[in-house]
Parts: sequence; structure tokens; C-alpha cells
Amino acid sequence: MDLPGWQALRTELHPQGLEIVTVALDTGGAEVTRRWIEAASPEHPSLIDQAHLVDELFGITNVPSSVWIDEQGRIVRPPEPAFPTRPPYLKREVPPDASPRVAALIAAVNEIKIDPDTYVAALRDWVAHGAASRFALAPDDVLERSCPRPIEEATAAAHFELGQHLHRNGQTEAAVPHFRAAHRLQPDNWTYKRQAWTFADPSQGPTEVYEGNWLADVQKIGAANYYPPLKM
Amino acid sequence: MIIQGRTVDTAEFERRTGWAIKPEGACKGEICVPLPAGGGRSLDAAILAERLGMPLIHDEASGLSCLGPEAGGRALTSVEAPDLTLPDLDGTEFHLRSLRGQKVLLVAWASW
Repeated sequence: MDLPGWQALRTELHPQGLEIVTVALDTGGAEVTRRWIEAASPEHPSLIDQAHLVDELFGITNVPSSVWIDEQGRIVRPPEPAFPTRPPYLKREVPPDASPRVAALIAAVNEIKIDPDTYVAALRDWVAHGAASRFALAPDDVLERSCPRPIEEATAAAHFELGQHLHRNGQTEAAVPHFRAAHRLQPDNWTYKRQAWTFADPSQGPTEVYEGNWLADVQKIGAANYYPPLKM
Repeated sequence: MIIQGRTVDTAEFERRTGWAIKPEGACKGEICVPLPAGGGRSLDAAILAERLGMPLIHDEASGLSCLGPEAGGRALTSVEAPDLTLPDLDGTEFHLRSLRGQKVLLVAWASW
């Protein structure tokens, strides 16, 4: 989790006019997010989005993703992969006693490409220079870079919402066909997949409930493509 | 948005989607899409779905429906940040709008 990293950036940049708002996209709500949030002791708003509203409103398909909003409430960068620092779990040695599955998982995670240095440098530039920063995008660029929403993806959003609603109301089995429909309609939405897989297996491994699982699906696209490259 | 029956609450629809219901129809920015007159406090979900290009799905067993976001464009149809209200750990509601005048970095993360 990157929450301590965001809090450190908040300490640095809040005096210059930046506020950070973290939002947990978690159907499990406060119960599953509390320990992460409390461990980070955030001084900034730290919110919980139990219905995954933020995914739909901004077009977020994986975490962590961040959005820049200026003083007038205008989005100047749409969602993109955002890490405050390089998390230690992205570079791990395979322990000698690791099972083949664990070894494959570590190998896949090690291949994931992120660029926190570039991202944070751009963020500092925007905080210092505002609209004059070359990283603050023009409105047309913001819209153009946001997630496309053909009918399949809009329908996936409806199925995911209905699935979550049923799940939160204790109808976990009735939720599954809707989660499966969301996965089928928008296969590159990792948020839909990872949230639902977690209900069937907290480690997001293979189950009889879902066709995919984290390792198999990541291997299918190549772990290096798991996050789209930053286009600063 | 989740629907029981055939209609959606007008105020909830406006909050959730950013469409404003006016005498001339459903309006967002400079666009107005005509709707049948006399909508009042509730709107026909099937008509909204058809006119605004939103998917409407049903769940037979629960009798619930869900009206999805409008299709055909992109997730962001305006650079105006949505008027987001979410709770913190203690259940206290926070309004994104209250941060006007500051730059905001909105970070989505998850426990999973």
C-alpha cells in the first residue's frame, strides 16, 4: 500500500497549496480498509468508496490511479497510474522454498513497469507552476485521454454496480453472474476483476467461480503491460 | 444506479449522472435531450436509457435493475470534477467541492 508515501508527499506539498484525497475502492468498506488507513495516519481526507462510484465517474480501471483537479474544480489530468515511491514488493527475490505458483507470481510482479520518479516530479512541477505547468493538460486532452466508454463498457459498469449491490446485501451467489458479465464485457478492467476475485479467494488465485485469476490474466497480457505507460 | 421498479428518483439521477432535468429535457453543458413532459420527481428508466444511451439491465431473481453510465463517448464528458461526496472511516461525509481554491490530487487505491 502506498498510503504512507502519499502522506509524506502531502507533508511536503500541502504548504504549497496541494491537498491529497485518497479514496479506497472497496466493496468491503471500512472493515477491510481500516488497518491500512490507520497505519498511514493520514492528515488529508481519506475516504471510502464502497460502491466504486469513483471508478465509474472518472473511468478508473486499476489501482493505484490518480487524477489532478485544479483550484476551480477542473480536471487537468485524467486517471493514470500513480505511485508516490517504488514499493518494495515490486522487486523481490524468489525464496528457494517457493512453490511454482508463488515463484511465477513474484516473477510477474517483478516485471510490472511503473515510473514514480517521473510522476512525482510532474506533480511537484504542477504544484509550483499551476496552469503554466506543461503537465497540466488542456481540456480537450483531458477528455481525449480519459477511458473510452463504448456500450460494452457502459453495460459492464451496470453489471458491476448491480453485482456489488447484491453482494453487499448478502446475496453473494446472485452477484457472481453480474461480476462475470462485467469481466466479459470489459476484460481490461482490473478493478472489476480484482474486487470480485477477492470475494472468491483473497489471494486472487484460481477458483471455480471465475474463469480468470490474477496471475493467469496478467501472464496473458504480459506483466510489463499491466499498467499503461505514463504519458506525461 | 440501482432501480426498484421502473422509475428513478429525479434528484438522485441528477446527483449521480450530472444531467440536470429541466423543462426542455435532460441537460448537461450545452446539450439538452428532450424528455416526455411531466417527469416530476421520478423519471422513466427505460426512456432515460433510450434517450441518453444508457444501458438498462435487469436481475430476474431480485427484481432489481441498474441504469449504467451513458455509452458512446468517454468516461469524462466534461473537465468539471464530479460533485463527489464520500464518507471517511468514521462515516463522516466529505464533499470534494469543499476543496475549491486548492489543487487536489485524488488517489484511488484499494485493499485488494
